[in-house]
Amino acid sequence: MRVGRMELVTGRTFLIVLMAITILPFISIFVTALHPSGTVPNGLEWPADPQWGNFVEAFKVANMTALLGSSVYIVIAVVPISLVISTMAAFAIGLLRIPGSQVLLFLFVFGLTLPFGGIIVPLYYLERAMGIYNTRLAIVLPLIGLYMPFAVFWMRAHFVNMPGEISEAARVDGATAWDLFWRIHLPLARAPIASLGILMSVWTWNQFLLALVLVEDPTQRTMAGALGAFQGHYATNVPLLCAGTILILMPTLVVFVLFQRQIITALIQGSVKG
Amino acid sequence: MPEISRSPATPATTSDNRSAASARPSRRVFQHRILRRESIIGWLFVLPALLMYAIFVLLPLLLSIQYSFFRWDGIGPMTWVGLRNYITVLEDPDLVATIFNAFRLVVFFSLIPVMLGLVVASIIHRVATGRLGAIARTVLFLPQVIPLVAAGIIWGWLLALPGLINQILNAIGLTSVTRAWLGDFDWALPAVGLIGVWVLLGFCTVLLLTGITKIDPALYESARIDGASWMTEFINITVPLLRQEIGVCLTVTVIAALAAFDIVYVSTAGGPGNSTAVPGIQIYILAFTEQRIGLASALAVMLMLLVLIVILPIQRLSREVMR
Repeated sequence: MRVGRMELVTGRTFLIVLMAITILPFISIFVTALHPSGTVPNGLEWPADPQWGNFVEAFKVANMTALLGSSVYIVIAVVPISLVISTMAAFAIGLLRIPGSQVLLFLFVFGLTLPFGGIIVPLYYLERAMGIYNTRLAIVLPLIGLYMPFAVFWMRAHFVNMPGEISEAARVDGATAWDLFWRIHLPLARAPIASLGILMSVWTWNQFLLALVLVEDPTQRTMAGALGAFQGHYATNVPLLCAGTILILMPTLVVFVLFQRQIITALIQGSVKG
Repeated sequence: MPEISRSPATPATTSDNRSAASARPSRRVFQHRILRRESIIGWLFVLPALLMYAIFVLLPLLLSIQYSFFRWDGIGPMTWVGLRNYITVLEDPDLVATIFNAFRLVVFFSLIPVMLGLVVASIIHRVATGRLGAIARTVLFLPQVIPLVAAGIIWGWLLALPGLINQILNAIGLTSVTRAWLGDFDWALPAVGLIGVWVLLGFCTVLLLTGITKIDPALYESARIDGASWMTEFINITVPLLRQEIGVCLTVTVIAALAAFDIVYVSTAGGPGNSTAVPGIQIYILAFTEQRIGLASALAVMLMLLVLIVILPIQRLSREVMR
């Protein structure tokens, strides 16, 4: 490919400037986090005496250990169950093609564009009535339900494209529907299941609205929900707020850097299929 | 041999199956029995997912519709008011404003990221296919993986009076325009929109870039042999052939704009006044601080309808082009 030298330089400069703009906010809060707690520093100014202790203090006041535990708990409760039940449903709809599968598919797809805000109010009263309000289950159970449209749709797209010969061969050997699912198709579906798992983990970790409305105690919330509460308490103490935000971002950033290829691919595929 | 192996569970082969079955009636009965047994098992496979979906999504959805016809403070008795709540949403200037604000956010959350994303993706494709392109992909995508709440907090600080944005403006001599952006009646909404651009630009860029790499390179080759400029190439090849990806980007970002909550809640909570209130925020305020459950639900139902009404044409347009 032949591109003019002039264009090469302008284009690349543009990209580098754009990347700098994208990164700058992170740098700004990092620098701010090093200023003495309680002061109001300038947006981008290296402190005379960097206060690394702010991170320790934020770790303590934000109760990070409890927050991490809570978020991990919620992800572990939501993701595997969602994966199993959505894969089973998608298998029946996309591969077994049980009677009524078109109706079922429509029913699930209908939920794809649903904003969480549309059902949050009744969810609150429903959970009070069920007695799970202000527990982690208050986040876990609705999230599983809310993921079903996308998860079923995603896994169905995989099963629909599986060649029929695979199932036929298994049938000859007398495999039941369960064998077919568990022994044959589940192992073959490992890649889409892994992507779906990554997607749902990120979404769960970052879930805010459900945590805000359905759980009052920040230590029972997701990371994003806890961050919201932290902001409420320390809105005026900018350096501490920035330090806390960085701590809460760290796990996400580390995971992203480690698995960036998989995460980007999953998020992009997820939107294309959805 | 093949007809024995054909199972009713693989309808990809139904047509041959049917002819084989009609040739042998006994086999058909046998198949029928398997079919029934399998469909019961199949429904058992669907049941857990369906139950969770029904209890935690469909039921609240129906309840939302039900609540929207009542006046209710969340504790006392419910009073039937018919369409009164819907009329209030459409008549109360503060509530109608939330819907307008949602559409103004679409400009920032959708149009700008998609258009800028197209430009950035085509630049990466043209001048940065190697290491630089890969780094740009990762860096630009970064804001997409952090919680929106964090994005809101970070920008809340950047856009504050002593924040980075004003510091930069001061440095380039624009001291007169500096302000507390998120506290300004005219500028708060564009400022919130800017946060959306930051979050969604990388997502759109990467998605559109994957689309560009699928375009036949021969098209670009021949265009370049003809000495096509970046602009010609962009308008005549990249944009038309990316219609489907553009459709996906628009769908995702428009939903993000209309259903916005996290960023707005954290950065402005709808203020100052009502200037950044979007339906998501207003539903939250009506239901959980003003205890007007019926009105909140009417707005919620309208939000869900609004998303459908806006998304369906986008979907249809981008799909039709594919055929």
